[in-house]
Amino acid sequence: MARKKTPELHWLVRPETIKMLWLYGSGILVLLVLADFFIHPHAAFGIDGSFGFYSWYGLITCFAMILFSKFLAFFLKRKDTYYDD
Amino acid sequence: MTINAFPPGLILILGGLVLPFVSARVRAGIILVLPLIVLWGIWQISDGVQLELPFLEYKLAVVKGDALSRLFATVFAIMAFAGGLFALNQKQPIELASAFVYAGSAIGVVLAGDLITVFIFWELMALGSTMVVWAAKTPESYKASMRYLMIHLLGGVILMIGVVAHISDTGSIAFQAMTPNSFGTWMILAGFLINAGAPPLTAWLPDAYPEASFSGAVFLSAFTTKTAVYVLLRGFPGVEILIYFGVYMIFYGIIYALLENDMRRILSYSIINQVGFMVTGIGIGTEMALNGAAAHAFTHIIYKALLLMSAGSVLYMTGGKRKCTDLGGLFQSMPITCICGIIGALAISSFPLTSGFVSKSMIAQAASDQHLFFIWMCLAAASAGVFLHAGIKFPWFVFFQKDSGLRPKDPPWNMTAAMILFAVLCIAIGVLPGPLYSLLPFSTSYVPYTVPHVVNQLQLLLFAGLSFFLALPLMKRTLTISLDWDWFYRKALPAIGNWALSICVLCRTGLLDRAGRWLGRVMRQIYRAHGPTGVLARTWPTGSMAFWATALLGAYMLAYYL
Repeated sequence: MARKKTPELHWLVRPETIKMLWLYGSGILVLLVLADFFIHPHAAFGIDGSFGFYSWYGLITCFAMILFSKFLAFFLKRKDTYYDD
Repeated sequence: MTINAFPPGLILILGGLVLPFVSARVRAGIILVLPLIVLWGIWQISDGVQLELPFLEYKLAVVKGDALSRLFATVFAIMAFAGGLFALNQKQPIELASAFVYAGSAIGVVLAGDLITVFIFWELMALGSTMVVWAAKTPESYKASMRYLMIHLLGGVILMIGVVAHISDTGSIAFQAMTPNSFGTWMILAGFLINAGAPPLTAWLPDAYPEASFSGAVFLSAFTTKTAVYVLLRGFPGVEILIYFGVYMIFYGIIYALLENDMRRILSYSIINQVGFMVTGIGIGTEMALNGAAAHAFTHIIYKALLLMSAGSVLYMTGGKRKCTDLGGLFQSMPITCICGIIGALAISSFPLTSGFVSKSMIAQAASDQHLFFIWMCLAAASAGVFLHAGIKFPWFVFFQKDSGLRPKDPPWNMTAAMILFAVLCIAIGVLPGPLYSLLPFSTSYVPYTVPHVVNQLQLLLFAGLSFFLALPLMKRTLTISLDWDWFYRKALPAIGNWALSICVLCRTGLLDRAGRWLGRVMRQIYRAHGPTGVLARTWPTGSMAFWATALLGAYMLAYYL
C-alpha cells in the first residue's frame, strides 16, 4: 500500500468536522429536551411524564452502568491470556 | 403422509448431510435453494397436528402448526438462507453441513407438538452447533466447542429428566403451557433456561460463539437462544420468575459487553442482553408482552446476524483481527460493511424506523400496562444501555475510534449481498411493521409510531450516546477479559481436581514410603538371622551339636521323672 508521508485525513475525522459534529449534536440534544414542552405523553407512572425525564434518565443510567462496570472490573478483570495454557 | 406434512426441518438436515459429498458448485446451489424450499414448506403447514408417528405407546406430533411456530420457523429459514449466502466462501464444507443440521433441528423444535420430538431435535441442535464451533479448526475453537458441548449435554440431560418426570406425572407427551409446580416441570424449565443463556450458566455463549469462524458465528447467533425463547413462550408464558431471570440477563449483557475488547464477544454478550428482554416479556405474560417477545426474537435474529456478518467481514478481510485494540478507522476502506454494521447497531438499539423499535417497545408497553414500575424503569435504563454497549460501542471501536492503519476492502459480493439483504429487512420491518405484526401469535392493534414515543425514545438514546462520548476515557479498551461464571468450571473445578489429585499422590507416596520402610525393616531382621553371617545360617562345630543333643536328652529325662 503506497501511502504518502503525511496522509490527508479523511474528511470525517478532521478536527473541524469533529467540532461541527459536537456542535450540531449538542443542538439536537437541546431541541430534543425542549420538545418535552410540546408533547403530551400518556404517562403510566407519573415520573415518565415529567419534564426531561427520558433525557436525564438515559444520561444518568448510562453513567451508572459505565461506573458499575468499572467497579466490577476491579475484581473481575484479567489479562486476556488468563485461560491460555 | 403428504408432501405438505414432511417435516421442513428434516429437509434442511438431510440437505446438510449431503453437502460435504458434492462439488462446490452443487453445494452452492443447495445452500441457496434449500432454505427457500423449506420456507415454502413451512407456509404449507396449516394449524394443528400435520404429521403423527408412533413411538413406544405414544403418538409423536412431529409437525404441528400455529402462528407462533410459523413465526419462528419462518425467521429460521430466512436466517439459513442469508447465513448460507454469507458463508459461500467458507472453505470448510463441514461448517455449512453442521449449520444446516443445526438450523433444520431448530425448525424441528419450533414445529414439534410433543415433548419427545422437542427433545430429539433439541439434542440434534446441540450436536450441530458444537460442530459449527469446532469447524473453525483452531485449537481454541476445539476447546471452546468441548466446553460448549459439555454445558449443552448437561442441559439436555436435565431436560430429559424433566420430560420423563413430567410424562410419568401427567401421562401426556403434549407440549403446551405448563406451570412450574412439580419436579418434572422445574427440570424442563431449567433445561430450557440453560439454552437461553440464563444465569448461572451464561458464560457458554460468549465463550464459544466468538471462537467460531467468520461465518459460523452468524449461524450460532440465531438458533440456540431463540429456540429457547420459543419453548419458554410455548411452555412457560407468564411464569413470574422469568421476569427476574430476564432482568439479570439484560444487565449482565450490558455490563460485560462494556468491559469487553473482542468485537464478537461484545456482540455475544449482547445476545444474552437481548434474550433477556424476551425472557422478561415471557415472564410478564400478557398478550402484548408475549407478542413483544416473539416479535423481538424475529427482529433480533435479523439484526444480530447482520451485526455478526459485519464483524465477520472485518475478521475475514483483516486476516483474523478481532480485538478493538487492533481495529479502528475501517470506515474509510469498507464503507458497505460499516453502513450495514451501523444499521444493525441502530436496529438493536431500537432507533425509530428500525425493526428493534417496533418489537422491543411492545415489551416495555406491557410492563407499563401491568404497572410494573420497577421492571419498566429497568427496561428503560437497559434500552439506553443497549445503545451504549452495542449500538455505539461496536461500530465506534471497529470502524472509527483511531486509525489502525488497516485498509481492508469490503468483502466479496455474496457477503455484501447477505448484509445488504438483512440491512434492508431491518429498515423495512421498522418502517412497515404491519406484516410482522400480522404473523404474531395474538392479534394486535399496537401502534409503535406516536409522537411522544418517538421523541422519548430519541431522548433516551441520544443522551445515552452523549454519556458514551463523555465517558470515552473510561471506555478505553485494554487487553483484558472479565471473569464470569465459567471461571468455576474452567479454573476452580480443575484446581480442586488437581488439589485432590496431589493429595492422593501425597497419600500414595506417603503410604508407599511407610510400607517400604516397614518391609525394609522386616527384611533386615530376616537377613540378620538368615543372612550369610546370620546366627541361624552359621556352620556349627560337631562338639556343640553333641552338647546340645545331650542337654536336650538330659532335659527330657528330667521332665519324664518329674
